[in-house]
Amino acid sequence: MVKAKSAYSIPGKQGKLDTHIIVVWVDNEAGVLARVVGLFSGRGYNIESLAVAEIDPKLNISRITIVTTGTPQVIEQIKLQLKKLVPVHKVADFKREDKKVIFKEMALFKIVGNQSKKDKALKACKKYNAIILDKSNKSYVIQITALRREIDLMSKNLKKFGLVSVSRTGAVAMTRGAEIFK
Amino acid sequence: MSKLYSGAEIVFKCLEDQNVEFIFGYPGGAVLPIYDELKNFNSVKHILVRHEQGAGHAAEGYARSSGKPGVLLVTSGPGATNAVTALTDAYMDSVPLVCISGQVPTHLIGTDAFQECDTTGITRPCTKHNWLVKDVKDLEKIIHKAFEVATTGRPGPVLVDIPKDVQFQKTSYTKFKKQKSLNGKVNNKFSQKDIDELIKLMSKASKPIFYTGGGVINSGPKASELLRELVNTTGFPITSTLQGLGSYPGEDSQFLGMLGMHGSYEANNAMHDCDLMINIGARFDDRITGKIDEFSPKSKKVHIDIDPSSINKNVKVDLPIVGDVSEVITSTIKTIKKVKPNFAKSNKQQISKWWQQIQKWRSINSFDFVNSTETIKPQYAVQRLYELTKNKDTYITTEVGQHQMWAAQHYKFDKPNRWMTSGGLGTMGYGLPAAVGVQVAHPNKLVIDIAGEASVLMTMQEMSTAVQYSLPIKIFILNNEYMGMVRQWQELLHDKNYSESYTAALPDFVKLAEAYGCVGIRAETPGELDDKIIEMINTDRPVIFDCRVDKQENCFPMIPSGKPHNQMLLGPKDQKENKITGKGKTLV
Repeated sequence: MVKAKSAYSIPGKQGKLDTHIIVVWVDNEAGVLARVVGLFSGRGYNIESLAVAEIDPKLNISRITIVTTGTPQVIEQIKLQLKKLVPVHKVADFKREDKKVIFKEMALFKIVGNQSKKDKALKACKKYNAIILDKSNKSYVIQITALRREIDLMSKNLKKFGLVSVSRTGAVAMTRGAEIFK
Repeated sequence: MSKLYSGAEIVFKCLEDQNVEFIFGYPGGAVLPIYDELKNFNSVKHILVRHEQGAGHAAEGYARSSGKPGVLLVTSGPGATNAVTALTDAYMDSVPLVCISGQVPTHLIGTDAFQECDTTGITRPCTKHNWLVKDVKDLEKIIHKAFEVATTGRPGPVLVDIPKDVQFQKTSYTKFKKQKSLNGKVNNKFSQKDIDELIKLMSKASKPIFYTGGGVINSGPKASELLRELVNTTGFPITSTLQGLGSYPGEDSQFLGMLGMHGSYEANNAMHDCDLMINIGARFDDRITGKIDEFSPKSKKVHIDIDPSSINKNVKVDLPIVGDVSEVITSTIKTIKKVKPNFAKSNKQQISKWWQQIQKWRSINSFDFVNSTETIKPQYAVQRLYELTKNKDTYITTEVGQHQMWAAQHYKFDKPNRWMTSGGLGTMGYGLPAAVGVQVAHPNKLVIDIAGEASVLMTMQEMSTAVQYSLPIKIFILNNEYMGMVRQWQELLHDKNYSESYTAALPDFVKLAEAYGCVGIRAETPGELDDKIIEMINTDRPVIFDCRVDKQENCFPMIPSGKPHNQMLLGPKDQKENKITGKGKTLV
């Protein structure tokens, strides 16, 4: 007989963790974000990033985009639990690797330094749709839109060019082509 | 122009339209306008409790015994926070409750006003949904929606928080019409293909078992009747969770008793060894499954549940069927009749070996105990209580602990809605107020709370409620002076270090009964037990029955920590040494 260590509280075999983007359409009413976020924290799910804004002022619908990690079973639970919330209309779920979906995050970088440093910083940002939002003698504020890991990389690389402050959003997502989320 | 009603009046108009007969509540500053209207609405009777937790549990008892939603009315701040335990309890056990709470006036919200708390914030994780009503025009819609959310799909508690100024504001009221289209959160999407698949699995199985739960009870009395028909048609054995007791007759030969941590030997072994498990309205709770990795390793699992998020949450199943229990069983029976009219006959041979094995397990008689002529054994007390009350259509509530398990093991139910116990949350102090609620719903029935002396003291004040409304509830206390289940775990897992589990200075329960204006009865020897129980039954007033039982008795059988599902710890008659070692000790 195999000696079992415990009948309770021993976690089962941990499956592989995947990164998923969960998109939730909700009624834009007081407390709705707390309901969604509370569900995640209460059940021990992970939130890597979160983006939320009203998308239809007429119907009062907000769209919440949540980046999360979990085993397939946990991801399934997240979706089913979200669908049970009264103000939730629909829930979509994509794997990070999914080629049919575009994921974008936005970041603002404040660069402080001499002209040469500022130019180098701007050059480094070029391929991520860089826009200068503000400039002064000593500084730039640069906006980029890119993938999470690209922004991670840029925040690291720009340090040497005088990066003093970073502000970034959670990911938002949209399907490619004519199709829309179901 | 139509007549204008105040928010407080609208509350009662809504309750009237929802056919609410009773509300359980406690007044306070922020609900005074609502209480002021009570006199104008005769169809709604208010039961004044002694603590808001009591209001919640009473509403639960009312709901679970009647199948109707329970309604409670509490004030802001402490009134609402006191109700949180009951709301959580109802959430865990899927009991439909509508809690109406008062709130400070809207202009004071957020100022740390007197008796203010963030009620919707606090109750968000323990309700299906909650609302803060900021405009009286929304009130009617919200209350009706609250009833709909509480009672549809998987039932549960909801809360409507009404600021005091909204209770005074006036608006018009349109008579409520029950809408046919529901909120889209009701899942009844199973298909005939699922049913066909189920029947295919059933006809192939040689070691099948039904594992049924509270979902059968929540699906209504019809579901229990259908379940009986299904079990009889198939000839399969059936076991039930704690919450499902009563959906199938407890004395029937196909019934293996309750399963789980303190379930019967035959039920747990059958669950472990079966090749087809049909879960109807249960949720693979950890008290049932034990160690997930070794839970019923060889079986195909079917899960019938109205809540899609219950499926694959704890245990991966092969065939999920999302739907209401009675509708799923109805189609199953219909299909069996069409496809295999003599299912039981053709199947009898195939599962006969299985039944032989089950009989072997059964012969262990795992609920057995060593009786005594000197002290009352708690199991004996429950057995006698059962024998003396079984012909009276008795309603049983319990507190939480050893007595609860003994009640579940030895009291047999043959009808649904007769058994009210806190299973999910395990709330000590549940049974007494729940009994109040049950008695309110069934004034002429015998209602008994099988209690422990520690649990019952947590909500003892509700005896005053019982006396006020002449509710002849019977509080049958198995008094061993210990928090028995705590003591048992300390004995088995903590080297008999009985840390704080003994209650010194217990009250004299007979005198306590008299102080409340009810009747106290004490039984100390097995010889006098029957007469005393009969005396209790024949008393037409609330009774506190102090049944002095063996202080050392443990609740067996038991799946101990550190053991897989099929290795149960049996009672003192069991010779096998089953010690719990190592890591198992740290776990619950």
